[in-house]
Amino acid sequence: MIKSLKIRIAITAIVCLGALYFLIPTFISNIPSPWNKYLPKEKIHLGLDLQGGMHLVLEIDTDKALEAMMERTSNDLKESLMDSKVRFRNLEKAKGATISMELTDSAGKTALENVLRDKYPDLEIDSADSRESGQLVTLKINDKRAAELKKLTIEHSLETIRNRVDQFGIAEPEIIPEGDNRILIQLPGIKDPERAKNLIGKTALLEFKIVDDENSLDEALRGNIPEGDIIAYGLHADRSTGEKSSAPYLLKNKALLTGASLETAKVQISNRFGDPTVSLTFNSQGADDFERITGENVRKRLAIVLDGVVHSAPVIQERISGGHAQITGNFTLDESRDLAIVLRAGALPAPVNILEERTVGPSLGSDSIRQGIMATLIGSILVILFMMIYYRISGTIADLALIINIVLVLGVLAAFRATLTLPGIAGLLLTVGVAVDANILIFERIREELRTGKTIRLSLDTGYNRAFMTIIDTHITGIVSAVFLIMFGTGPIKGFAVTTIIGLLASLFTAVFVTRVIFDYIISNFSIKKLSI
Amino acid sequence: MSMELIKPGIHIDFVGKMKYAIIFSVILTVIAIGSVIFHRGLNLGIDFAGGSIIQVKFQKGVSADQIRTALKSTKLESSIIQQFGVNEFLIRTHESFSDHKVLEVNLEQPLTTAFNKDYEIRRVEVVGSKVGMDFQRKAIFAVVFSWIAMLIYITWRFEFRYALGGIIALVHDCLIVIGTVSILNMEFTISILAAIFFIIGFSINDTIVVLDRVRENVKLNPKQKLGDVINMSVNQTLSRTILTSLTVFLTVLALYIFGGAVIHDLAFSLMVGVVFGTYSSVFISCPIVLLFENLQISKMKRKK
Repeated sequence: MIKSLKIRIAITAIVCLGALYFLIPTFISNIPSPWNKYLPKEKIHLGLDLQGGMHLVLEIDTDKALEAMMERTSNDLKESLMDSKVRFRNLEKAKGATISMELTDSAGKTALENVLRDKYPDLEIDSADSRESGQLVTLKINDKRAAELKKLTIEHSLETIRNRVDQFGIAEPEIIPEGDNRILIQLPGIKDPERAKNLIGKTALLEFKIVDDENSLDEALRGNIPEGDIIAYGLHADRSTGEKSSAPYLLKNKALLTGASLETAKVQISNRFGDPTVSLTFNSQGADDFERITGENVRKRLAIVLDGVVHSAPVIQERISGGHAQITGNFTLDESRDLAIVLRAGALPAPVNILEERTVGPSLGSDSIRQGIMATLIGSILVILFMMIYYRISGTIADLALIINIVLVLGVLAAFRATLTLPGIAGLLLTVGVAVDANILIFERIREELRTGKTIRLSLDTGYNRAFMTIIDTHITGIVSAVFLIMFGTGPIKGFAVTTIIGLLASLFTAVFVTRVIFDYIISNFSIKKLSI
Repeated sequence: MSMELIKPGIHIDFVGKMKYAIIFSVILTVIAIGSVIFHRGLNLGIDFAGGSIIQVKFQKGVSADQIRTALKSTKLESSIIQQFGVNEFLIRTHESFSDHKVLEVNLEQPLTTAFNKDYEIRRVEVVGSKVGMDFQRKAIFAVVFSWIAMLIYITWRFEFRYALGGIIALVHDCLIVIGTVSILNMEFTISILAAIFFIIGFSINDTIVVLDRVRENVKLNPKQKLGDVINMSVNQTLSRTILTSLTVFLTVLALYIFGGAVIHDLAFSLMVGVVFGTYSSVFISCPIVLLFENLQISKMKRKK
């Protein structure tokens, strides 16, 4: 313990003023001009349960990303094998992220290995079975690369979602990775949760594919889909009735161009009905590709496919240079604006699933704040009165420490930008109940010492010293149990644990150090005959 | 004269009443576990079981039955509808509605038909069953590990037999809170879990204070029988135990009365926990220390 009373008073004053300093923006909203430069700007950050908003936990389906990659690789591999004159048949993406094929030559496997070594270092032969007709080979991505790709997928998704949320314009969003493949998103004060959810969760994979008009769509619908084709559906709304129907298309599966080649996307109100459309501008490589593709496919139909849905399939009249295209469809203005955002921000590398969603309306939030503050005030006043009545002046000193404790907790919350939630307020109030425990321990001990006839100063010394280790023990165990709760880590409840921990640490300072300073000050400045305890 | 709830010279024979306390606690614990078994496990909230909660506030008086009628022949037909504050209701279902359209068709449209636009959806929480399972696993781990952490800490600071007494009291308190929740057929939510963690910290606090005193008194009176030392220590710390429990109880009570419906569960389980945490540290943890002491002595005698 520091001996000098002056130094101890100074420490107390500095800590209290420090806490108050960080609380200024929380309690005074408009700080006049020359002063606001020197003051912190952060108010106490309120949790979503208090200010309203949306909490989302997304799971990124990284396996799907690997599968999609293998799908693309299988197409490239076909060409490479043909170039290298390796004879094969039935090469296709198989279950999971694997590629299966049959090699018909006896020397096929060595040739395949050569191709893999030269051009596909990420692939390895998973299994090879000899058959009469040749060898059945399964390829997979090597484990190290697969793990790397999954990690990249998560990072890319995180980046994309951040981008989308930023462009949507939400103040103070929180987007953080959680665990292996989850992303936690907090959007405070959001007014239209549904729209935000669509914006974030949409894969937004834009693809340009040629409509296969050479083969029969009806035949394909009966189940005979030509090799390399797929069936996709487009949504059409009848302009006069507004009824929505879906129409099938037979498409060449290979995407000629994707959203990755976009430079930008924006909303335009262009056609004669005043419907909004999204106009696309390709980057220079994309513009060249688009020109080449349209040139090669004049008179054919080019389908614009977004997340597997055909939005339109206009006939290519002529080679299109300049790198512009348009997505029409029956969008509302909001829908087209959101579509432009997701196209600009880019596609998610993998589909996402919503695992958890919590939305709190602003009115419930403000009710909760009111009730939380009410409970805290009344609870604190009860404890303060109790201490005053039971321990008189000593109790009042403990009360002073208690108030400092509350200020410190709030100050620390503001300084470290921790979040105050409704259970957090409950934790703060509980800290009030628990913080006086240290003083009760000390005071009861002092009373015991006084009863044995010791002097006031000696009784104070013994009381504080004897109780000190017990107080340390009770605080540490309290903190440990709260730490386990933090590990459990979900929004509001985490706030409960956080305020409890800060409160316990603060109470070590206020209930032990600060009260002692006050006692020592009183004893050294006034001649006390009898301790009011 | 200072105010004294417990007079200094008090001497209650806690150790002598140990037998009754243990019988009482065993009965309570059996009832608690029995209730959980009888109800076929806990009534898990959506955080642990997955599902959806929708909180709706009406502008005028509406009954749960009226809402149920309005939701007839929708997907929410078999949901649990419970009053939650003035003109406010919670609609709970085990399905996860992550698609807004489902909510619109099954809730908003029927409610608008029945009550016009005189309502407001104030909260929607949807938890997938996968996350629920995760939470369950994490919760059990966290509770058990916190018990073990306490066991290690007290063993380090005191002795193993002291720690064992503390932990048994702790497990006892947790079981009683869980049992109360089960008997009242309340939902076991994440808030109740938070309360359990607080009780773990609170209950062990009380135990530490008493055990600290026991240790001190053992040093001062090495010749005295442990039973007497324990009795003396519990009596010496009794006023602190009661005063602290009282201040904590006051704050929890304020929380229960004024804190609003959202933290009602938390406040309620805290109240139960504070009462039994206080009881157990006086009547359970210390006698158990003594019980182990006696067991050890009788073992040693047999060896001789």
